[in-house]
Amino acid sequence: MWLTNSSVGRKMVMGVTGLFLVLFVTFHVLMNAVAIFSAEGYNAICSFLGANWYAILGTLVLAAGFVIHIIYSFWLTLQNRRARGNDAYQVSKRPANVEWASQNMLVLGIIVVCFMIVHLVQFWAKMQLPELLGEHIEPGMYFIETTFSQVWVLPVYLIGFIALWFHMTHGFWSAFQSLGANNSIWLERLKATSNVWATIVCLLFAIEAIWFTFML
Amino acid sequence: MESNISFTLKVWRQAGPKEQGGFKEYPMKDIPTDTSFLEMLDILNEQLVEKGEEPIAFDHDCREGICGMCSLYINGHPHGPATGATTCQLYMRRFHDGETITVEPWRSAAFPIIKDLMVDRNAFDKIQQAGGYVSFNCGGAQDANAILIPKTAADEAMDSATCIGCGACVAACKNGSAMLFVSAKVSQFALLPQGRAEAARRVKAMVSKMDELGFGNCTNTGACAAECPKNIKLSNIARLNREFLCAKFKD
Amino acid sequence: MEDIKKDKNNAAQTVLDSKIPEGPIAEKWTNYKAHQKLVNPANKRRLDIIVVGTGLAGASAASTLAEMGFNVLNFCIQDSPRRAHSIAAQGGINAAKNYQNDGDSIYRLFYDTVKGGDYRAREANVYRLAEVSNAIIDQCVAQGVPFAREYGGTLANRSFGGAQVSRTFYAKGQTGQQLLLGAYSSLNRQIQMGKVKSYNRYEMHDIVIIDGRARGIIARNLVTGKLERFAAHAVVIATGGYGNTYFLSTNAMACNCSAAMACYRKGAFFANPAFVQIHPTCIPVHGDKQSKLTLMSESLRNDGRIWVPKKLEDAKALQEGRKKGSDIPEEDRDYYLERRYPAFGNLVPRDVASRAAKERCDKGYGVNNTGLAVFLDFSESIERLGIDTVRQRYGNLFDMYEEITDVNPGELARTINGKDYYNPMMIYPAIHYTMGGIWVDYELQTTVKGLFAIGECNFSDHGANRLGASALMQGLADGYFVLPYTIQNYLSDQITVPHFSTNTPEFDKAEKEVQAKIDHLMNIKGKRSVDSIHKELGHIMWEYVGMGRTKEGLEKALKLLKDLRKEFETNLFVPGSKEGMNIELDKAFRLNDFITMGELIAYDALNRNESCGGHFREEYQTPEGEAKRDDENYFYVSCWKYNGSDEVAPTLIKEPLHYEAIKVQTRNYKS
Repeated sequence: MWLTNSSVGRKMVMGVTGLFLVLFVTFHVLMNAVAIFSAEGYNAICSFLGANWYAILGTLVLAAGFVIHIIYSFWLTLQNRRARGNDAYQVSKRPANVEWASQNMLVLGIIVVCFMIVHLVQFWAKMQLPELLGEHIEPGMYFIETTFSQVWVLPVYLIGFIALWFHMTHGFWSAFQSLGANNSIWLERLKATSNVWATIVCLLFAIEAIWFTFML
Repeated sequence: MESNISFTLKVWRQAGPKEQGGFKEYPMKDIPTDTSFLEMLDILNEQLVEKGEEPIAFDHDCREGICGMCSLYINGHPHGPATGATTCQLYMRRFHDGETITVEPWRSAAFPIIKDLMVDRNAFDKIQQAGGYVSFNCGGAQDANAILIPKTAADEAMDSATCIGCGACVAACKNGSAMLFVSAKVSQFALLPQGRAEAARRVKAMVSKMDELGFGNCTNTGACAAECPKNIKLSNIARLNREFLCAKFKD
Repeated sequence: MEDIKKDKNNAAQTVLDSKIPEGPIAEKWTNYKAHQKLVNPANKRRLDIIVVGTGLAGASAASTLAEMGFNVLNFCIQDSPRRAHSIAAQGGINAAKNYQNDGDSIYRLFYDTVKGGDYRAREANVYRLAEVSNAIIDQCVAQGVPFAREYGGTLANRSFGGAQVSRTFYAKGQTGQQLLLGAYSSLNRQIQMGKVKSYNRYEMHDIVIIDGRARGIIARNLVTGKLERFAAHAVVIATGGYGNTYFLSTNAMACNCSAAMACYRKGAFFANPAFVQIHPTCIPVHGDKQSKLTLMSESLRNDGRIWVPKKLEDAKALQEGRKKGSDIPEEDRDYYLERRYPAFGNLVPRDVASRAAKERCDKGYGVNNTGLAVFLDFSESIERLGIDTVRQRYGNLFDMYEEITDVNPGELARTINGKDYYNPMMIYPAIHYTMGGIWVDYELQTTVKGLFAIGECNFSDHGANRLGASALMQGLADGYFVLPYTIQNYLSDQITVPHFSTNTPEFDKAEKEVQAKIDHLMNIKGKRSVDSIHKELGHIMWEYVGMGRTKEGLEKALKLLKDLRKEFETNLFVPGSKEGMNIELDKAFRLNDFITMGELIAYDALNRNESCGGHFREEYQTPEGEAKRDDENYFYVSCWKYNGSDEVAPTLIKEPLHYEAIKVQTRNYKS
């Protein structure tokens, strides 16, 4: 199977799942924004994404996307380490136009995953999961309020968002490159789009977190 | 214009493929700045031979930046600090008096060290053998002007074909990936009508050989293109991906 | 068949048959192909051919022979066939396509090549070269070589020195690279198919002769240091020229003449060794640590003007660094090429331009610290065309020059009396190409049966001087279109000969001899490094056997070379061991052959009492300092026969030249 056997196929899988996750975080940040303007609206969205078949299906697809992306990332890194060989360079310098993020995607990804676990424990484990188990749950806004009232949460979230920003600035255009949808002209355009998109998404996330911490 | 500098050269020495290697330092005195880097190594080798020691083995041949034989990872860059130039085109005026210059071989599992700074790049030949050609027997060609090729396509194919196969892309890549090298050849033929007939077969064969030989997966860091002495563009890799995925989806 | 020629002056009475086919010049090749013997496809599988070298000639021959069905063993000293020095050719490749509708034809290309070669080439071979030139371009385009094109999609051409038409095809300034990669791609296809076995980092050390026929080689694996034996039905040598005899040249570092010398010692005659091409536009030598000379494309002479100061005191000031080129005002500059050759000006052929530069420098007008450089100035063309146009044409060369010398030729240096003076480049001639080589007949076979020589390493097509963009043409013509035919004429009666074993007394002996040579080199244990002796060789060659040669100088050179050989034999030091990789041993082996080659060049130059093409004897010049040919006495190819020892002078054997299609004239570039 060329999606697992060939390097280009593997990269395509990374690209497709990555783009999917970009779409997900984009929806997520927009959904959060609702909480700023209308508590009822947010609660409605939360109950809409509760234990319905479409929400469950969405969650499963999303989870699969995450899992594949993460498994492939470790797998690729392992292969790349092996390809690199055992001897490291004594002196190694990053060329000026190589993004720092691009060489540290795994580390950034791990930070994002850690943050995600915290986030899942704080929200998903109290929202969709109990609902699936048939338990009664509070409306969405309740969890926002309780979570962000803890002092340590905001800094942790901000760290997560910064890592996500770095991860996305490279991942976004890189996905297009891996899918072959790139050329010399579009390379710069895609890189700019990456930066703008990642900045909007992560800034919105940060603003929302700050809002939830101080304004609610 | 011309002056002399003294510096310390820190060079990787390794007696053979299986031997343990290590760095050795050599003080270099009063080297004229208009000496090329390889001539500076010649001077050192001459001194080593005079002392009865074995000279440093390094690959080099044309010394005008086209054969692709020279390598060397100098101060953290393949082909040294200059951009768009090979090691043999590097001159000592790029360096400073009193500096320590670290010289290492290409490091990649697919490029095993033969001796000192010399590595085995035979893997590149194998990839080319897998499909880097137009299947055409000498003798049966039609008139050269019978195939019209737009100037833009010809120029772009030429830019890709400029690759000298030195391996700097692999050396620069943290993943030990050979994608820039492979994509340059795939692109050259993908852009020309002569190469289209077997484009799908070629890209699949070359990628599969590249993977088989243990090169890493491209993660689009772009270090290869940044360090390429011939400025081969990253867009070649996108074209390879496109060609490969199209070929696979057609299957 | 041409009459067998016996030379009266030669006591050895050796027979040289150039096997030129019957008929008018334009029909010879067609006639030959119509009547030659062929090998049928089933039998081709039973025949093995060794091809040594992977440059344009070697790679194209190896791939084409394999495509035909022969089993090919292909050797190169570099780590990949793609590194052969053909890759460094810049300008282009000639062909008589007449795509520009400027009156080009096969005859005209043939004529220009013979005239450019100062009437010392073999007519029939050159005509064949011109004849197949068009097929080369077709072949290369089919391979996917990205030649430069016009907007309409057709191929573009440029003009080159020594021709009045635009017939040069090019791929940027990297034509050699693209053509070689084309041949390399075809070669790779055959390697993949198993028809070619490729041996990289192998150096041929000797040729094995069984019953008077070349049947194999002894090669050393440069990584393990082990000698290995290879057998075949025929051996093809495509190992390039001997320019590195001069130590400093535009050749790559590993270019050497050892394979050619091995053939020479085994009975192949060496022809016209004195014909060495010196390229006028190289970056001058900057110091005694220099390892090689960098060629600046000849195209610079289209817009650059070459000059030295008119006044000796200015030259002196330049040499001592008290003045810069841009300090010297227009009226004090001597544009000596324009002065001497008003019709061709800065675009005279390579040999003429080189000699003129030497003449000025010898008179003390040299412009750098060694006094061995002249200026190439773009001030006038920048004024005429604007800096942007000039940079567009030569920008990459300016950058290359700046990287090497730290001087930017496109930079405004000063303005005197309203006139802009730009930094001029400094250039000086350097050894570039060798027209001489192993003697071959029309079939490209040497005087040893079954041993063929192609590309730069044979002598046949360029006479005494090669025109620009013709080397690539010749290499590919030999490899793609000539040898694959002619070798069959030899192999047709070899089909019953089974694959050879390498366990024969001849192989044993050859290997033992090579081993003894290596042991000898390792055991001299003197004090001097290979390079230090090679540099000395280079000095002798450049000084006495270089651009301007004299009888006394050449005799002195022969004496100095004898001493140098003694120094080499007694005072060489090769560190390390003969096992495993030993780069000093590789070089020592080659240097031994360079010394023999140097002597051969000197013998030939001494014999040829005339000036022609790349060979200039100062005694033989016109009052204006132009080369004076002697067609009466030297209208022949001088072939040198080895006499059993490097220390004994070789014997001269002459192949007289017969011109049917062309009238021999004096070259004139003045009007």
